[in-house]
Amino acid sequence: MSKRKTERLLGLVVCLLSTRRYLTAEQIRQAVPGYPDTEDLFKRMFERDKEDLRDLGVPLETGVNHPFDEEAGYRIRQQAYELPELRLEADEAAVLGLAARVWQHAELAGAAAGALLKLRAAGIDSDLDVSAQQDIEPRLGTPEPAFGALWEAVRDRRPVTFPYRAAGRSEPQIRELEPWGVVNRKGRWYVAGHDRGRQATRVFRLGRIAGPVKFCGPSRSVIVPDGADVRELVRDWDSEPAREHTAVLRVRSGAGVGLRRHAVSVRDGVTEGWDEVITRYADGGWFADYAASFGPDVIVTDPPDLREAVIARLKGALS
Amino acid sequence: MSALVTSTERLQRLLALVPYVMSRKVVGLKETAAAFGIRERELVDDLNLLWCVELRGPDPYCPIDLSYEGGEIMISQATSIGRPLRLAVDEAAALLVALRMLGEVPGQQDRSALSRLIAKLEAAAGEAASVSAQVAVQLDSHNGEGYADEIRAAMDSGRRIHLSYYVPGRDETTERDVDPMRLLVVEGRPYLEGWCLRAEGMRLFRLDRVLALTVLDVPSSPPAEAEHVDVDSGLFRPSPDDVLVELELSPDGRWVAEYYPCQSVTELDDGRLRVVLRTPATGWVRRLALRLGEDGRVTGPAYLVEEIRAAATAALGNYAG
Repeated sequence: MSKRKTERLLGLVVCLLSTRRYLTAEQIRQAVPGYPDTEDLFKRMFERDKEDLRDLGVPLETGVNHPFDEEAGYRIRQQAYELPELRLEADEAAVLGLAARVWQHAELAGAAAGALLKLRAAGIDSDLDVSAQQDIEPRLGTPEPAFGALWEAVRDRRPVTFPYRAAGRSEPQIRELEPWGVVNRKGRWYVAGHDRGRQATRVFRLGRIAGPVKFCGPSRSVIVPDGADVRELVRDWDSEPAREHTAVLRVRSGAGVGLRRHAVSVRDGVTEGWDEVITRYADGGWFADYAASFGPDVIVTDPPDLREAVIARLKGALS
Repeated sequence: MSALVTSTERLQRLLALVPYVMSRKVVGLKETAAAFGIRERELVDDLNLLWCVELRGPDPYCPIDLSYEGGEIMISQATSIGRPLRLAVDEAAALLVALRMLGEVPGQQDRSALSRLIAKLEAAAGEAASVSAQVAVQLDSHNGEGYADEIRAAMDSGRRIHLSYYVPGRDETTERDVDPMRLLVVEGRPYLEGWCLRAEGMRLFRLDRVLALTVLDVPSSPPAEAEHVDVDSGLFRPSPDDVLVELELSPDGRWVAEYYPCQSVTELDDGRLRVVLRTPATGWVRRLALRLGEDGRVTGPAYLVEEIRAAATAALGNYAG
């Protein structure tokens, strides 16, 4: 950290906020102490400073005071700079304190803390009434390394490429995506958008991105189509199909609790030590896996193809 | 800590510090340092820096005038930076996404404060709020939502509850009395944190595994040593008593590495994987191995390999008749 740089940047902000007129680079050099005399050095330093201020979200404007002015100048409009007046009731402030804790150590934790600091700076005491909310503690994690870059891509509307390992594939393939949004569904992050290679709308699970996410186009070049609902796209991608099939099972008395929970019917003691459980399922492969997991406590009676599939799993476990 | 702070981060702090003090008229050094998460020494450095800012217009002048005598800060003049900078896109999104997620958390009685706050922040953030619509959070709360209301009511009235709770690893229903402490949402799922009288310890219960719940006519009295679970270090806590289980997975079994926290994952040839899992109990691994069939093979420890063989053999015996 350089104290001189902080001083110079602060001076620059105050100077540009205090002026109604656009100030040229040279006028700024005269007004703000700390810039070098050498023209080249000054230009480079001034460019960096402008960039730093814009990164902080300072709305730096460029324009001319008069149509005949040859050189553009700079200013910051007070109204564009300032956080608008904001007053919170005690219960709202308590909820704010809770929301600021949601990201904790995750990717947007710094942003949440920055926001809270600005709101406190506006006079809000977010921690006055935390007791009201202490018995609820929600957390949102971002363990997937791809989250940071994809969030930036969504925020800046930039297209990206990344290596992606689709389910059941071992070799990652490079995908090129115009990202529309990121969604956390049941604790996992997804990105939805337009897949340029496939020329279609696609959803990707961030945990399956197998390498760095790279930008492959400028900011604001992605257009999110009207009515594109990323939440819905991810829900459709991940949704459970209808349970169209019926299985008849023998389940050892006292066992198969998980199966019985979702059963259509349970008849106790149809044979010595065994109950009959009838249940519905969507996908035969998945249900065969599930039934096999109960080992000797569950026998599939019907349908025959399910019975054969379970026998195959069990033989597979022995091979 | 301060060595890691960049010039722009410090600028950000200074731009918040001025309105923080001004909106409170007079405020203590100590309290302010705590609010900004810095030492008093650093805060005094910040105040000195602010006080020393000089502009030339063209004659030199100091735009900021302040004092911090007797440990009380006052800013009498701060041309144009008296209000905080508006919210950046990241900042608006971080808060709004978190707030919308709170709206999905079951067991909250008063949602009106939440919706009022969202509306106020959206209005204050203006354009910066729009990107937050591109981030969404959906919790896995379709099961057990009703129980959340009952748990919340039990917490509010300070009463113990009785749970019938499903443990899939052992395929068992357990009955337990619990003193409810908090409702948590971690990794997309709602949990009850409470003192379990059976285990004599703090436990997390997934709401979708609660089979039945009764609010008892007994006051909730968790012992003084009951400490909140640290939800930020993840739900999976390795312990020295854990068993190390080694599995080999075919390409169709690779989902296991995604689904369970693994100690190590090694790529083998033909898209196969070797994973090592740590677990306090192996019942669920036996069930996993039976489910995987030929898509996964447990290779250690030896007694578990044997258990799986025995279970598969016994299960096949059921079909032989």
